[in-house]
Amino acid sequence: MTSTRASGTAQPGTLEMLRRQLDYWWTAYRRTWKGSAITSFVQPWLYVGAMGVLLGGYIDEGGASLDGAPSYLAFVAPALLATTAMQVAAGEVMWPVMGAIKWDRTYHAMIASPLRVVDIVFGHLGYAMFRVTLTVLVFAGVLAVLGLITSVAGFVVALVGALLTGLAFATPVYGYSAGAKSEQGFVVIFRLAIIPMFLFSGAFFPVSNLGEPLQWLAKATPLWHGVELCRMGALGFWDSSMLGHLAYLLAISVAGIWWSVRRLDRRLVV
Amino acid sequence: MFGSVPSTTPDPALISDASSPTRPESMISARGLQKTFGTFEAVRGIDVEVTRGEAFGFLGPNGAGKSSTMRMVAAVSPPTGGELRVLGLDPREHGSAIRSRLGVCPQEDTLDTELSVRENLLIYGRYFGLPRKDVAAKADELLTFFQLTDKRNEKVDNLSGGLKRRLTIARSLINDPDLLLLDEPTTGLDPQARHVLWDKLFRLKQQGVTLVLTTHYMDEAEQLCDRLVVMDGGRIVAEGSPLSLIREHSTREVAELRFGVGEHGDLAASVEDLADRVEVLPDRLLLYTADGEEAIARVHERGLTPLAVLVRRSTLEDVFLRLTGRTLVD
Repeated sequence: MTSTRASGTAQPGTLEMLRRQLDYWWTAYRRTWKGSAITSFVQPWLYVGAMGVLLGGYIDEGGASLDGAPSYLAFVAPALLATTAMQVAAGEVMWPVMGAIKWDRTYHAMIASPLRVVDIVFGHLGYAMFRVTLTVLVFAGVLAVLGLITSVAGFVVALVGALLTGLAFATPVYGYSAGAKSEQGFVVIFRLAIIPMFLFSGAFFPVSNLGEPLQWLAKATPLWHGVELCRMGALGFWDSSMLGHLAYLLAISVAGIWWSVRRLDRRLVV
Repeated sequence: MFGSVPSTTPDPALISDASSPTRPESMISARGLQKTFGTFEAVRGIDVEVTRGEAFGFLGPNGAGKSSTMRMVAAVSPPTGGELRVLGLDPREHGSAIRSRLGVCPQEDTLDTELSVRENLLIYGRYFGLPRKDVAAKADELLTFFQLTDKRNEKVDNLSGGLKRRLTIARSLINDPDLLLLDEPTTGLDPQARHVLWDKLFRLKQQGVTLVLTTHYMDEAEQLCDRLVVMDGGRIVAEGSPLSLIREHSTREVAELRFGVGEHGDLAASVEDLADRVEVLPDRLLLYTADGEEAIARVHERGLTPLAVLVRRSTLEDVFLRLTGRTLVD
């Protein structure tokens, strides 16, 4: 005879509610990690190889000015830390969020339990950030071994930059997905936001190469701030502008969380 | 099995009948409950009382407001107006606390199709803050009760509709709920699967679990519900036990007479006085009467020769159609 009956009106806090979701997200990770491992752990090295090493060979010969980086590889590799964080974070909160609302309806099962909307949002974002953390830890670790990150403090700065980049993408994209009626918008986000940012937000060339208006546009993107932070950490020289980048990414994340909770609440609690 | 004693002392404020043991404990109490979506009034001010141990049904055609009511009771849909108490608590303030003591079987399955049968139970139990050991024991108990033990490692994706429903109901019992909400639990199932589920639900009812269900199957309501309300257009149009509703809104028997196509309308007038009420359908005449055989004998006396006759007892379906009409909703 097993009694699992609850009693009392005490409302557990969000931390307790996150603890209750651990088994779910751990199971979710175990069943999908093989599929996600390619995007997370292999794909960044294709770029490092193709862009950093091979293309970089030509660029270094030409004596390009790379914001103080000693080689094109040293310039581009830390930036790829930020772009990878962006891609992993965004991917995790698009189709999976829509699936949990529309296809498998697992969010509807969750909201029928004591979990609240805010707990569900934090649980899923927490999982996305877990995947981002794992990815950038491995990536940054290998960069350090290759001598592309030069100090422990720099390693921390680069890591924080990459994690905040992930958060600054995960949260607003989650908000979008939570209210989206169909998955068609995701392709548009990838084509019109993620890929252009990947190409033009300073990962592969200094944004000063862009003309005036485009340069400001590039600097307004969260990815540029993330790339700058990662590069500062890896190259080992940073200044007070670092605080501006941190504040920018944090502000987007906080706004993104607020928007995500609001949008999911309107979707599930009707 | 499911009616076991709480492991911790419950908050005294939650036991509404603590001071007056003669008054049954209120599980759901609604007064003038309303739900509006934009300009559409889904629920237009209903009063409902459900007490502990009851099996209560919401009966009605599609769009009657049953599911909207259920979602409000399940504390996932804030009422637009009126008063609602579930387990003595206000769902607007204590949604999470209420949900921790509810079992919910939604109309559409919300199982995680990528997980195994047993994993679905284990993970869901954890949302209620239950220790892994307790959840595992409870899960195995439920798998046995719902005859799912053979399938426990099967991926949910591979299960039939009937098995998925059984798993959904099993999952809703993982926390030993005080109140089990079932929104159209057997819709879309084949007759065999429905009967298996009814058997399980009947056993739960006998164990003292309070059941609240919505359905548009009359036989389901007659089998399972002690008391029910008929909803139509967001309002309650009748309330009572299945038997009292039949008594009140229908006759003891119904004689069905089948004549040639197109003759039914004209013949209605000549048998009108033989029954309490005569209803004309495209393919038959229904004579609502206390004694069906007697009515048919009188029909023959008048020289009318129906192609086929049938005498049956009145069912909830007659009540339902009388109250909510025969027009298709959607």
